[in-house]
Amino acid sequence: MIAELSWLIPAVPAVSAALIFLIGKRLPRHGAEIGITAMAATLVLAIAVAAQVWRANVGVTIDPEGGGGAFLLERAVTLAPLGEDIAVQLGMRVDGLAAMMFVLVALVSLMVHIYSVGYMHGDARYTYYFGLLSLFSFSMLLLVIASDLLVLLVGWELVGVCSFLLIGFWWERKEIQDASMKAFLTTKFGDVGLVVAVVALGGATGSFAIGDILEAVEAGEVSHGLLTFALIAMILGVVGKSAQFPLHTWLPDAMAGPTPVSALIHAATMVTAGGFLVARLYPAFHESAAATGTLAVIGAITLITAGLLALVQSDVKKVLAYSTISQLGYMIAGLAFSYVAGVFHLFTHGFFKALLFLGAGSLIHAAGSNHMEAMGGLRRFMPITFWTFLLGSLALIAVPPFAGFWSKDEVLVSALDAGGYTGILVFALGGVGGLITAFYMTRVLYLVFAGQYRGHGQPHESPASMTFPMIVLAVAAVGIGWVNLPVEAVQARAFSSWVMYDLGYWVEHPVEFHPFLALMATVLALAGVLGAWAIYRTYPERDPMYHLGIVSHVLERRYYLDDLYTDLISRTAVRDLMGPAAAWTNDAVLDGVVAGAGRGAMGLGRRLYRTGDQKGLEGVVNGLGVSALWSAARVRLAQSGNVQLYAGAMFVGVVVLAVAFAVGGN
Amino acid sequence: MWESAALSVTVFLPLVGAAAIALIPHAKERSAKPVALAVTLATFALSLLILASYYLGPAGGQGRAFIVDVEWIPVIGAGYRVAIDGISMPLFVLTNLLTLLCVVYCFHHIEPPGRPRAFLGLILLLQTGMAGTFVAFDLILFFVFWELVLVPMYFLIGIWGGPHREYAAVKFFLYTMFGSMIMLVGFIALYFGAGAETFSMVELSQAAAGGEYGIVFQRLVFLAIFLGLAIKVPMWPFHTWLPDAHTEAPTVGSVLLAGIMLKMGTYGFVRIAVPMLPEAAVDYAPFLAVLAVIAILYGALCCMAQTDLKRLIAFSSVGHMGFVMLGIAALTTAGVNAAIFGMVAHGLITGMLFFVVGSLKHRYHTSTIADIGGGVLQTTPRIGAILTFVAIASLGLPPLPGFWGEVVALYAAFNPAEAIVDAGLLGLFRVLVVFGAIGTLLTAGYFLTMLQRVTMGTPPRRWVDAGLQDVSPIELGAWTPLLVTTVVVGLVPLLVFGITRPDVSRILTTALTG
Repeated sequence: MIAELSWLIPAVPAVSAALIFLIGKRLPRHGAEIGITAMAATLVLAIAVAAQVWRANVGVTIDPEGGGGAFLLERAVTLAPLGEDIAVQLGMRVDGLAAMMFVLVALVSLMVHIYSVGYMHGDARYTYYFGLLSLFSFSMLLLVIASDLLVLLVGWELVGVCSFLLIGFWWERKEIQDASMKAFLTTKFGDVGLVVAVVALGGATGSFAIGDILEAVEAGEVSHGLLTFALIAMILGVVGKSAQFPLHTWLPDAMAGPTPVSALIHAATMVTAGGFLVARLYPAFHESAAATGTLAVIGAITLITAGLLALVQSDVKKVLAYSTISQLGYMIAGLAFSYVAGVFHLFTHGFFKALLFLGAGSLIHAAGSNHMEAMGGLRRFMPITFWTFLLGSLALIAVPPFAGFWSKDEVLVSALDAGGYTGILVFALGGVGGLITAFYMTRVLYLVFAGQYRGHGQPHESPASMTFPMIVLAVAAVGIGWVNLPVEAVQARAFSSWVMYDLGYWVEHPVEFHPFLALMATVLALAGVLGAWAIYRTYPERDPMYHLGIVSHVLERRYYLDDLYTDLISRTAVRDLMGPAAAWTNDAVLDGVVAGAGRGAMGLGRRLYRTGDQKGLEGVVNGLGVSALWSAARVRLAQSGNVQLYAGAMFVGVVVLAVAFAVGGN
Repeated sequence: MWESAALSVTVFLPLVGAAAIALIPHAKERSAKPVALAVTLATFALSLLILASYYLGPAGGQGRAFIVDVEWIPVIGAGYRVAIDGISMPLFVLTNLLTLLCVVYCFHHIEPPGRPRAFLGLILLLQTGMAGTFVAFDLILFFVFWELVLVPMYFLIGIWGGPHREYAAVKFFLYTMFGSMIMLVGFIALYFGAGAETFSMVELSQAAAGGEYGIVFQRLVFLAIFLGLAIKVPMWPFHTWLPDAHTEAPTVGSVLLAGIMLKMGTYGFVRIAVPMLPEAAVDYAPFLAVLAVIAILYGALCCMAQTDLKRLIAFSSVGHMGFVMLGIAALTTAGVNAAIFGMVAHGLITGMLFFVVGSLKHRYHTSTIADIGGGVLQTTPRIGAILTFVAIASLGLPPLPGFWGEVVALYAAFNPAEAIVDAGLLGLFRVLVVFGAIGTLLTAGYFLTMLQRVTMGTPPRRWVDAGLQDVSPIELGAWTPLLVTTVVVGLVPLLVFGITRPDVSRILTTALTG
């Protein structure tokens, strides 16, 4: 069974990272060859494992009574006992969800590795970069494979620190430092919730193993209140990591890092960790309507607010960043209603968004600027970039039959089926969000590829090392959605069965496809495309997106959230008020008491010295003990200043004393 | 022979070494360094042998071993009682490792006025005191070792310290001394309170488990002992000596102070206060937990306002020791395990932080953040990289050791001892978990700000021109073992949890269930 070897999937990149850091610099390709070889091996393994899970899950006849039967392989060794009967276990939990993530992470990571050979060529910290890429891939795969929440948390924090180091890759510049810190601290804010959730789930069930926790929850061993508390706390972590409203503000700033990193970490993999976590614990989330309701509302707000922000960006990476946030909103909202919908969108989005970012990197490489004002007409200079970027955009806009269409449709269908306030909210905002998505992506396409070139220099197509990964991902962007075609003739819902944790799920959630709904979504998307076409068909000197009065203003200020977090909360409240207040309390109050006691005792000692004679003082010193000793020592030190002499005397004294004790004992 | 002599030889070898160094004539002062190195190397090797034979020998890795129990001062029932168990072991080995590395570091530099003979002699004396504290099983012997530590540290700060060294040294000495005097009163009360009239820790713990001490007596005595231990840890609000001592102390003084001496306080809770006064411990547990969480948040907030690197790390210690105390306050096996893990983690990581900052100070002649002015990653890239790694370790990044200590302490506080739950305090402890978790965020905040201001950016002109030397071979020699141990303990937490768990479980079961 190849799945037994799944532990190699994170292990290979781990070894690769170590090798790159140790010997990478001395190799002919400065470490890139190690990283690429390792990721290629990882991808082969991932596909083999995924194929095994696929064979096991797809085509199984589901017993409407029994359910279950989905592929699950659990292997664990105890890493350390923690208390009386709780331990942390190093282990793997391989099922459809993990297998799906293996393929996604390994493929995108390999493509980004290859792409980076061209993109990062000549960078002073080239080897360090590839080391971090491998380290990130290891951390992400560890997060995915973990069978224990504490180990998952290890992976979760490690991807965070890799993200921090890669965003701050060019750390000489202040704004890049700020961006990396903001990313780390904002996600860390969410992690407070995740840590509380992990501790609470471990505390409530007596185990950190995901299998044990799910079992205990399903058996009703965890009180409903505690479960809801833990899940809501966990959602805070999800909101931070997956850049959901209102903690999404770090992701656009994270674009300060190298563009391939944006593709891998800030689009395809790490930011989806929040969605992955929800899917991982889906049976537990399923038990709490409050938790799923929260997911739906957060997802809905995020998908629309981030979509609107994408409208007013001139930096092509920022458009994609807000688009990522918006699509992550679809995932989170989808997970509120249907496991498959969220997971499927996570899967397809990973491919086409990675493609779009790699395309953006290629554009930036050519134009020497992130800004779309400095591009234009690039279709003629960069045909491969144009065609792949176009395919990625169509997938994102959700034009049938491209990948995004199938998965976004799932989200909308499941929301509509679920109904209720949250279902209607997600359905309505999701539909409008589709229109906005179509609008801003069409805007990008026209501003970048149509008309005349407005930048400097002579743009050129990128080298093969960069175009090859784009072509591979473009194939995925076109075709990957077909793995879950809602048509009986093509082995129905193959993807769904593949990733499903419990095949009996279908009994409760029958397969549905609403042709009318799909048509409506497509019409909305086309409306968005047409709207943008009308405005941007010829390059507008005065982009109307920036001249919508108060709307543009609020959007350009990003709903004032950054002002609130950065200026008001972290700078003013915590750094400038609470920190100094604590320090003042420390020095003036707490230490004041101590110093006052010391001074008081000193004064007392001095007065006694003046009033009494030498003999009398000696008695007082003995009598007063501690406080007088202080003053005496101060006085003596100050008087003679010959500390060394005392040191010598004390030193000899202690030695003699200690030896005397030791000898006296025998 | 090995069983009866190993601990005593290991503990007192540095004392003999100190005597030998004292005999070196003034003219050959430099030869103090190799002598000290040989002594600490031998001591560390011995402690590794003790560790190995603890596992391979009859003890089988749990319970007390290497027991020596002979008469010492029979008139007061004090005996020379030493032994080692799973709780002492990690701290004992850590003590000898850190002291060895400090001696290695002294080959790089000693702060003015130099005088390696006196400096190293004091370090060796300190080592005997620290190591002895962790293996003493008699309250008087424990107290002698405990106090023995004060004297050399007082001189290390007072002679080799910064501009305000005298104030800091005296404050350190007298504040700690004040606490220990009251603690001694508590010890004497324990002696008279049990019918047995003994200072044997084992017998006193058994007496306590047998219900020899009344609850009022326990509460009073706990307060006395608490004061001595709390000042040493230091717990909020008894911590104000620490920033001064750390800011002024020479590098290796800070390393040993943070790395080992603070743990003497928390170790005292685990070894003395909880097992000998179990009912009072349950009564006071909520107060300990609240103080611990205050320390976590308060330490972090104070860090944000610091302008001096050494002072910043000193305050970060207050927060980290808060997590240790939170684990102890939970009074469960997981909690105390987490506490000991946290002690080891803090010893390794904060010890290392003080080493790096000491080396920065040696090069820049200042530890003021604004004067260093950033760009350390450019002026001295390796030192910058090491500082980055250690700071990230200190903010509790998993899987490095700080994470295990913190997250398990939080887990323990979420599920505290049954007696605490019975008292209706489960809710309080669970609220504290949330605040403790917030502390991890603040910790990340100030460490990253520190890194941004120190390591990143472009260095000021004067430091670029100064031609600062990057990490030296001696520094690397002193640090590599520490960095490797940090990574290994983080990846294999069993190395500490596995050692401590059986004995922590035994002590708590005896104390809390009788």
